[in-house]
Amino acid sequence: MNSANIDNTVVRPKGSVKAKLSRDDIIMRGGMIVIALYLVISLVFPLYSMFSKSFSTFQYDLSKFEVQVSDDAGQFSPEITNLQNLNEGLKVIPDEELSTGSGGRLGATIFFPDFSFRSPVMYRIRNVDGQGRFLVGSTLMTGTDWQEMDSNTFRRVQLRPVRSTGLSNFINYFSTPALFKSIQNSIFIAIISTIITVILAFWFAYALNRSCMRFKGFFRLIAMAPILVPSLLPGIALVYLFGAQGVIKGLLFGASIYGPIGIIIGSVFFTFPHAFLIISTALAISDARLYEAAISLKASPWKTFWTVTIPGARYGIISAAFVVFNLVITDFGLPKVIGGQFNVLAVDIYKQVIGQQNFEMGAVVSVVLIIPAILAFAIDRVVQSKQVALLTARSVPFNPKPSSRADFIFTIYCGLVGLFIIGMLGICQFAALIKFWPYDLSLSLNNYQFDKMDGGGWGAYYNSIKMALLTALIGTCVIFFGAYLVEKSSGFKTGRAIFQMFAMLPMAIPGMVLGLAYIFFFNNPENPLHIVYGTMAILVICTVTHFYTVSHLTAVTALKQMDSEFESVSASLKQPTFKLFSRVTVPVCLPAILDIAIYLFVNAMTTVSAVVFLYSPKTSLASIAVLNMDDAGDIAPAAAMGMMIFYTNIFARVIHLILSKGVLRRTQAWRSSN
Amino acid sequence: MKFNFGFFKSLAVGSLLATSVFADTELTVYTAVEAEDLSRYAAKFNESHPDIKINWVRDSTGIITAKLLAEKNNPQADVVWGLAGTSLLLLKSEGMLEPYAPAGVEKLDSKFVDGDNPPAWVGMDAWVAAVCYNTVEAGKAGLTPPTSWKDLTDAQYAGHLIMPNPNSSGTGFLDVSSWLQLFGEEGGWEYMDALHENIARYTHSGSKPCKLAAAGEIPIGISFAFRGAKSKAAGAPLDIIVPSEGVGWDMEATAIVAGTSKMEAAQKLVDFSVTKEANEMYNQGYAVVAYPGVAKPVEHFPEGLIEAMIPNDFEFAANNRARILKEWQSRYDGKSDPK
Repeated sequence: MNSANIDNTVVRPKGSVKAKLSRDDIIMRGGMIVIALYLVISLVFPLYSMFSKSFSTFQYDLSKFEVQVSDDAGQFSPEITNLQNLNEGLKVIPDEELSTGSGGRLGATIFFPDFSFRSPVMYRIRNVDGQGRFLVGSTLMTGTDWQEMDSNTFRRVQLRPVRSTGLSNFINYFSTPALFKSIQNSIFIAIISTIITVILAFWFAYALNRSCMRFKGFFRLIAMAPILVPSLLPGIALVYLFGAQGVIKGLLFGASIYGPIGIIIGSVFFTFPHAFLIISTALAISDARLYEAAISLKASPWKTFWTVTIPGARYGIISAAFVVFNLVITDFGLPKVIGGQFNVLAVDIYKQVIGQQNFEMGAVVSVVLIIPAILAFAIDRVVQSKQVALLTARSVPFNPKPSSRADFIFTIYCGLVGLFIIGMLGICQFAALIKFWPYDLSLSLNNYQFDKMDGGGWGAYYNSIKMALLTALIGTCVIFFGAYLVEKSSGFKTGRAIFQMFAMLPMAIPGMVLGLAYIFFFNNPENPLHIVYGTMAILVICTVTHFYTVSHLTAVTALKQMDSEFESVSASLKQPTFKLFSRVTVPVCLPAILDIAIYLFVNAMTTVSAVVFLYSPKTSLASIAVLNMDDAGDIAPAAAMGMMIFYTNIFARVIHLILSKGVLRRTQAWRSSN
Repeated sequence: MKFNFGFFKSLAVGSLLATSVFADTELTVYTAVEAEDLSRYAAKFNESHPDIKINWVRDSTGIITAKLLAEKNNPQADVVWGLAGTSLLLLKSEGMLEPYAPAGVEKLDSKFVDGDNPPAWVGMDAWVAAVCYNTVEAGKAGLTPPTSWKDLTDAQYAGHLIMPNPNSSGTGFLDVSSWLQLFGEEGGWEYMDALHENIARYTHSGSKPCKLAAAGEIPIGISFAFRGAKSKAAGAPLDIIVPSEGVGWDMEATAIVAGTSKMEAAQKLVDFSVTKEANEMYNQGYAVVAYPGVAKPVEHFPEGLIEAMIPNDFEFAANNRARILKEWQSRYDGKSDPK
């Protein structure tokens, strides 16, 4: 590999001579620009609209209203009073209280301290220009004509705010203790969940990589199961395990599962596979020579563990910690189901937008949520870039030796973790088959009559499959092609660097934030793209973008393994690059391509946060149905639908496995030639 | 010119979705009616109008209202059929409703029709707050059944009570606005302060408290009578209690969304929504309907509920909604779980 790279520089000397762009180069750059443009439209523009929304404020502009007041006989004097001047004289409303939300209303009588609805005094009010708006009762007045009314009608006049720009949303946010507290809550549960998950996952990964215990393959499968369900499902499982009618609620000793305890247990469940995968990779690459040295230096196993094992895996552990932290702090489904009154940032966005229709405040919370997410992401990137240098060419792979006592303990430990995971899934399936928990425990399929409940019925389930298939198909094409262009085109350094940056960005953006940003960008009638709003297309675009980064990295890794000499050879044989792409690159990278497809499929089936703001009645999804059924109190059907997602994902995985095996035999035979 | 643009746009959307059949009209109808009733409503309407297909957008009151407001400048709905009167007043004040007097509107009880002529919305039925009380779980916890709202602040109910969050639930909001009207602005907030001490948690939707009570997750859920009656019919050990001070209510109402391109079909639907036939259909779940003389008693519905309905000031509720919700949030939302 190394020598090939050196040869390559000989074949294609880099110098100050600027090569003329060939037709292939132009096509490749064109393709790269198209995909970069996709990322700009599906990510950068929406985020920009969201940021600008967070600075969009609503103010009562009192100078836009004029009033006239009559005497008791109903005779108006020609004097016109501007409300702003009136307020400056009376000081009934301080300036800072003039900022409000888009739904703000201000009763006009407040400016008339001696107002009485019984008085015979008549009032006239008008807008100074087209910008002013006020209500009489619930009728909106926007014109500049005088509206004359008696006192009893005047008390029904409500002033409406106008749009302006400023920081007042942020000031408002940080001065609302209920909202501010959520930052603390979010960070608290994220840290605790991270610590627990990383410790549990470390020992699990350690057992699977460094012991000779049995059933390793089985445990590996179990550990990956939580990835196949939406994060709402562990919340529902916890209701059945530890809720007021929970089967083992005694284990909580009277504490309530609705709150931080529930969020943390559920978070450990759904982040476990992510932490396990990363730490397992770190533990898999280790140098046996270090352990031999430790033995010959007569170091105790304890000391060896702390001086050899932990330092060797430290980047994996740190990386896992930040990934888990990020997953927990940006997750919306679990705290929604089991959080009770314990508010977290992601749920606040939902409440602000859905509950209070306060889109501006939703944007502000999104901006706040992005900060820890981006920080965790950035640290993770730095750490991962260091991981590579650990293994040298002279390393000897470590082979664990059997030890009956340790292997026994590890089997018990993995068994307990496995029981936790299977138990959580099992209780959901069990509850889904019960007729009326807890009063009628007979078995029934009533909970599968989704069409009789909220959330979109069986149609939502089929929509989900359609959406996941489209995401897997379109996403894999776009992402792999994009990765190919950026990895294999020559020159155009700045463009490639910018493209890389765009491709990494989605991972740092929480799903809720992305979904909200899409509303602001796509549901704007001036945007010609708003025709996709409310269609399946926007769900697919959003999901592809949301899961872009990991897929892109998978593709890049696979492409990096391919010698760039292929390109040189094909160029010297005067073959068009796209012939090379379809004849060599795609077949060689097929395992990676299939991995990307299954990753996109599974995530499209389980995602809630990104699409919860974007679905329409025709495009309701299974994961959204779980959320909505739980919301309506139909918890057992929600569990049933959640398990349908699980089985669908297992089915997809099996298909993936069969395809991969077939593909390996047909296209990867060359790998085993030596 | 503008018309042409609209035509091409709808052509583009139509070909994109590739589902519309030219002979039929499809109406996008936003609703907060219980999901299980929707197919029944549509089927009844299609008996007389088989050429109009209804595409439901169903969600809780807060979400549908938010959706409509968000789409203010780009309405997606043609008709709103079955949304809280308070929400429709809100939409009216944004100029989002197309006034229309449906044929036969004069037969309805006038309190169910918007005061303007032509009316911006017409009512269908009323849904009424009530308390769902699980007799089995309450017995285990040693509770005595409450008879009034004030009873619920008693210390014995601490942690045994769930109510919907008014920020997202129409039922929650009608509870809060009814307490403010019953006990006065100050007394209302004092009452909620005391009640908050007993609340285990607030739910997102208005039907969930009753379903949780039905499932024994909590002994007492503040919800609405219709939901309680349904859960009771499904076999839950529930009593539906009507608090003695009187109960809040809101109506479900119908309106045409301004800017719809399917005015004719929309008007047909609204015409249908005020017929006697339609009101008989609403009566299957709702004890109080807009068409006088139609209502028949509903199974498991508590006695005396209709008499207990307070004289509700919808304009107060709509115009003070933002202020009340903000105040409610700063008082009760985000306090950590009472231990």
